Amino acid sequence: MLLQAKSLSFAHPGQRTIHFPDFDLDSGQSLLILGNSGSGKTTLLNLLGGLLSPDSGEVVLDGVKINDLKGQKLDLFRGKNIGIVFQKPHLLAALNVRENLELAHFFGKKEGQKTIELLRELGIADKAKSSVRALSEGEAQRVSIARALANAPKLILADEPTSSLDDSNTEKVIRLLQTQASKIGAALIIVTHDQRVKQHIPNFIEVKAS
Amino acid sequence: MNLFKIAWKYLTFRPLSTGLNVFLLALGLAIITVLLLVQDQFEKKMNQDAAGIDLVVGAKGSPLQLILSSVYHIDFPTGNIPMDEAQRLSRNRLVKNVIPLALGDNYQGFRIVGTNHDYLTLYGVELEEGAAWEEPFEVVLGSEVAKKSGLTLGSEFSGSHGISVGSHDHDQHNFVVKGILFPRGNVVDRLVLTSIESVWYTHDEEGGEEEADEEGVVHEDEEAHHDHFHHPVAKTGFPQTDEEREVTTLLVQYRSPMAAVQLPRMINSGTSMQAASPSFEISRLFELLGIGITLLEGIGFILIGVSGLGIFIALYNSLKERKYDLAILRALGASSMQLVILVFLEGILLTFLGAVVGIGLGHSFLAFLISKGDPMMTSSLEPWIFLKQELWIVAYALGVGIVASAIPAWSAYQTSIAKQLTKA
Repeated sequence: MLLQAKSLSFAHPGQRTIHFPDFDLDSGQSLLILGNSGSGKTTLLNLLGGLLSPDSGEVVLDGVKINDLKGQKLDLFRGKNIGIVFQKPHLLAALNVRENLELAHFFGKKEGQKTIELLRELGIADKAKSSVRALSEGEAQRVSIARALANAPKLILADEPTSSLDDSNTEKVIRLLQTQASKIGAALIIVTHDQRVKQHIPNFIEVKAS
Repeated sequence: MNLFKIAWKYLTFRPLSTGLNVFLLALGLAIITVLLLVQDQFEKKMNQDAAGIDLVVGAKGSPLQLILSSVYHIDFPTGNIPMDEAQRLSRNRLVKNVIPLALGDNYQGFRIVGTNHDYLTLYGVELEEGAAWEEPFEVVLGSEVAKKSGLTLGSEFSGSHGISVGSHDHDQHNFVVKGILFPRGNVVDRLVLTSIESVWYTHDEEGGEEEADEEGVVHEDEEAHHDHFHHPVAKTGFPQTDEEREVTTLLVQYRSPMAAVQLPRMINSGTSMQAASPSFEISRLFELLGIGITLLEGIGFILIGVSGLGIFIALYNSLKERKYDLAILRALGASSMQLVILVFLEGILLTFLGAVVGIGLGHSFLAFLISKGDPMMTSSLEPWIFLKQELWIVAYALGVGIVASAIPAWSAYQTSIAKQLTKA
């Protein structure tokens, strides 16, 4: 078992505690986290990525209890093993496309995947030296996916990756995430309320604000 | 990819803001560099050129002018003094040695100084080639004079009246170069040295010519002159003469500390001459200049302060958009400490750049001043000497950078990744 989430709960300051369903995932498997806005989908994603620490329960990735790690160790573990695709690309405008990917290698202290090949697989090899400001929205999203994949992580987390994309781009992005995940043997978790995504990934859990 | 490179990318990503801050800082540091260099070198040169001279005696006038004209050869002489009075002073028991100077002529702006061989000893100069003067109209050139004028041993030239270029020439009798001095980095480098007799005879000839025109006794007069042109000149003390002669100033060395108390008062009140102490006048000069220097220093520090504020504001302002970047870096595995280092690196890189540009600017500005300025005033300054204090300038600039980035760095340290990335 690559990833296990057990009896996780979290309360944002001044709000009710959210209890999350348990689940586990093998490498190469995909999972959708569905739920209405405000139900705590993104919170679950933050818990899985070690960006937030749960009030109770645990996340075990490849035998390591993420919530036992602290500070610098947690940061490094995340850099090496978890790739996160955010709702918006959040590329560093001061760096070009290739340098944005190399950031992951530097901070994750890992050689990871070859930048150029990764970009080629994602169909944006010709943009390697472009400024990130010159990219279209779809291209920027693909670069941010490439950055999440750069260190060949064991777990890929994607937060509403398709919310601002059109149908054809949505399909491309989901395909891309799935093929990449199975190529590097990672588990893929996508948080979404996008119905289009469900056609591609049948496996899902639902988060309900109870 | 490394932190240094990331910091550099961020700086070059905002070239205008970065450039402005670097420029402001550099300007402030350049002012301070120039002041440091000028102060250091001026004081050193001033003290070096005045070493061994306890008192300068000359015609009444401004004591500062007397010092500037006869020690540093910058200002105009105050006038001449009768030689018999000067000789009387030299026999005073408080006086150890007197070096008479006869000033008033120049060659291409380099001053011709009539004196004796003691002057060479006073500055400890040595001959690079040739020998010291023995007869009237023989001269020894300072190294810089030789270099700039291209004169060599045996060259002949005529001096011009006055101490600046462009006055009328004494073309009756040419000076002959007998020796050239080693460079010593002091005032002597820029002087043409000869005997007092040479200076006298140069001016006699003028008078003689006029006399001849009026009275028609050219022949005898000329011969008489040319006769004593080939007598050896005085190597020390005053020249031998029966006529009533004048010299311009005397450089006096005291025999005892007692002299410092008695001699100046005696000269100033008891004779038609005035006495001035180089050390006293120079410290007075620095006091006068001090106000200007303090003012410039103030402006320099204000500029540095403003640029520090500018750097702070630039870092702080960019932090809002930067917070996403920082959160992304954290998500990619960066520790909070690495982010702190990144922000500090940016501030330090910026100020280091400012320091380097500032020091370069300061030196270039000084080099420019020297190339444009009066050679007598500025040629003793060396623009490409680097002082230890300049390291302090760099340290100071880096300090400004660290202070300016402290608050932005703290807020980078506190960035919460989850909050930043999910509130978008």
